[in-house]
Amino acid sequence: MSRDPFRLIAKAQADYARCIDDDRLEGWPDFFAESCVYKITTAENLREGLEAGIIFANSRDMLRDRVSALREANIYERQSYRHILGQPYILSDDGALVRSETSFLVIRIVQDGDAVIYATGRYLDVYAIGNDVAKLNERIVVCDSARIDTLLAIPL
Amino acid sequence: MSETSTVAATIAKPAWPAGLTRVPYWVFQDDAIYRAEQEKIFRGPNWHYLALGVELPKPGDFRTTRVGDASVIVTRGADGEIHAFENRCAHRGALICLDKHGHRDGDFACAYHGWTYDKEGNLTGIAFKNGVKGQGGMPSSFRMEEHGPRKLRVSVLHGLIFGSFSDAAPPLADYLGAEISSRIQRVLGSREPVVLGRFTQALPNNWKLYIENVKDSYHASILHLFFTTFQLNRLSQKGAIIVDGSGGHHVSYSMIDRQAEKDAAYAQQRLRSESGYRLADPSLLEGFEEFPDGITLQILSVFPTFVLQQIQNAIAVRQIVPNAPALTDLNWTYIGFADDTPAQRLIRLKQCNLVGPAGYISMEDGCIGGFVQRGVAAAPDKESVVEMGGSKAESSDSRVTEASVRGFWKAYRACLDL
Repeated sequence: MSRDPFRLIAKAQADYARCIDDDRLEGWPDFFAESCVYKITTAENLREGLEAGIIFANSRDMLRDRVSALREANIYERQSYRHILGQPYILSDDGALVRSETSFLVIRIVQDGDAVIYATGRYLDVYAIGNDVAKLNERIVVCDSARIDTLLAIPL
Repeated sequence: MSETSTVAATIAKPAWPAGLTRVPYWVFQDDAIYRAEQEKIFRGPNWHYLALGVELPKPGDFRTTRVGDASVIVTRGADGEIHAFENRCAHRGALICLDKHGHRDGDFACAYHGWTYDKEGNLTGIAFKNGVKGQGGMPSSFRMEEHGPRKLRVSVLHGLIFGSFSDAAPPLADYLGAEISSRIQRVLGSREPVVLGRFTQALPNNWKLYIENVKDSYHASILHLFFTTFQLNRLSQKGAIIVDGSGGHHVSYSMIDRQAEKDAAYAQQRLRSESGYRLADPSLLEGFEEFPDGITLQILSVFPTFVLQQIQNAIAVRQIVPNAPALTDLNWTYIGFADDTPAQRLIRLKQCNLVGPAGYISMEDGCIGGFVQRGVAAAPDKESVVEMGGSKAESSDSRVTEASVRGFWKAYRACLDL
């Protein structure tokens, strides 16, 4: 079959968004390779080269822990997201790893019905392409704003 | 979300009950109180965290920050000293500096009419001061040295820059006292911090509900299940709280013993923490020995709005900025140190997962103030009960106490004459 990273990334990302928005968070770590990086930061921190994240994980197990903490430990009001993703833009492709950038808009819907723009930004990704599937080796979630409303529980 | 902003402009305010164990809810709601706080607390005889010295490494570097409602410019002058002044043009009041941070070799110039200010906040120039072709211009009686934005007194302690609008604030060392200063020193003394990241958390509540939460060592292992399960902070463990004489500053600390048997008294409480929850990747909690005193958790607050946090190797400063009676910004600055090894730096980055807007043990603090703000919306004439551990605001060997919360209110009421 012909290798088509754009299609595979677009498919993976559409699936990723559905997984989170449909509250199937247990499936979310599976979009990543076992050894991976997932970080949520801000455009300002990225510009200044500041390395810390709001969330930082360097293994898929850390992502699983994030989900089980949300399910079992952390207290927050019931809420859900609606991810609206742009088209992936392929930045580079060395035949195995593909770097891409995708803009996102996330609406947060809370119990009383408020649906507000919670985050906008872009994913800076490294995908491993193989066997008709794209897996995330790295996803840096770069929020445009440095301000997070109330808390960040569900991943972006 | 929406109902938290419905704050009555004027509320009938029943008198504050005697003693320190009751806090009337109108204090979190009233517009007049918010305005009084700006004058008596934020522009009053207190010290406010402005920035880290390392954020302004070179002469000409500047940052803008907030002291209550006041926008403030912090600079490093040609003399290498830190200066701070109100970000308000002496002419017609516009912001002088619009950037969050940067470097400027020359003066600051107001965009509106080009009035200029040096790094110390002195008015240095007025566009068309002498008019054009003999017409217009400022009267000859106008003295530039008599005009300028308000300057803040500045004091730097262990790399933390504090500022005060008030001449009545005691010197910073006296304001903090030896015990609080030494607790800042044990985290930051003789070390070169490195900023790892900055995040702002918008809290849907009055600023005092957040500082109450910071000072509340009683809630930590009840609200934050993550903390408790992994034995980062158990009420039964060795630890204590320190409340300074003013009541306004506090330290809560603990030393953990991973070998310790699960505490029987705790299990009897049947709290949520008995879930047997375990991490798939426990490397999150693998810290390194950073402090010889064995203290793995120290939360320190300086009245009114500064927090220095050491949670294992996650070090951060937090600055609380009120925006409205029920809207507060919490500014986090995560820090490491220049001599961190790559492995130590990675541990800090991982442990930052514990704190901040998505922190395993701080996430709840982002929403709990809003729960109170909404809970008390119709109860300005009612009051909270702050009686755990007695009625005093003193240091205590037990962390099952609200002594430092009472301390905050003691200092607050002294400032506001309440």
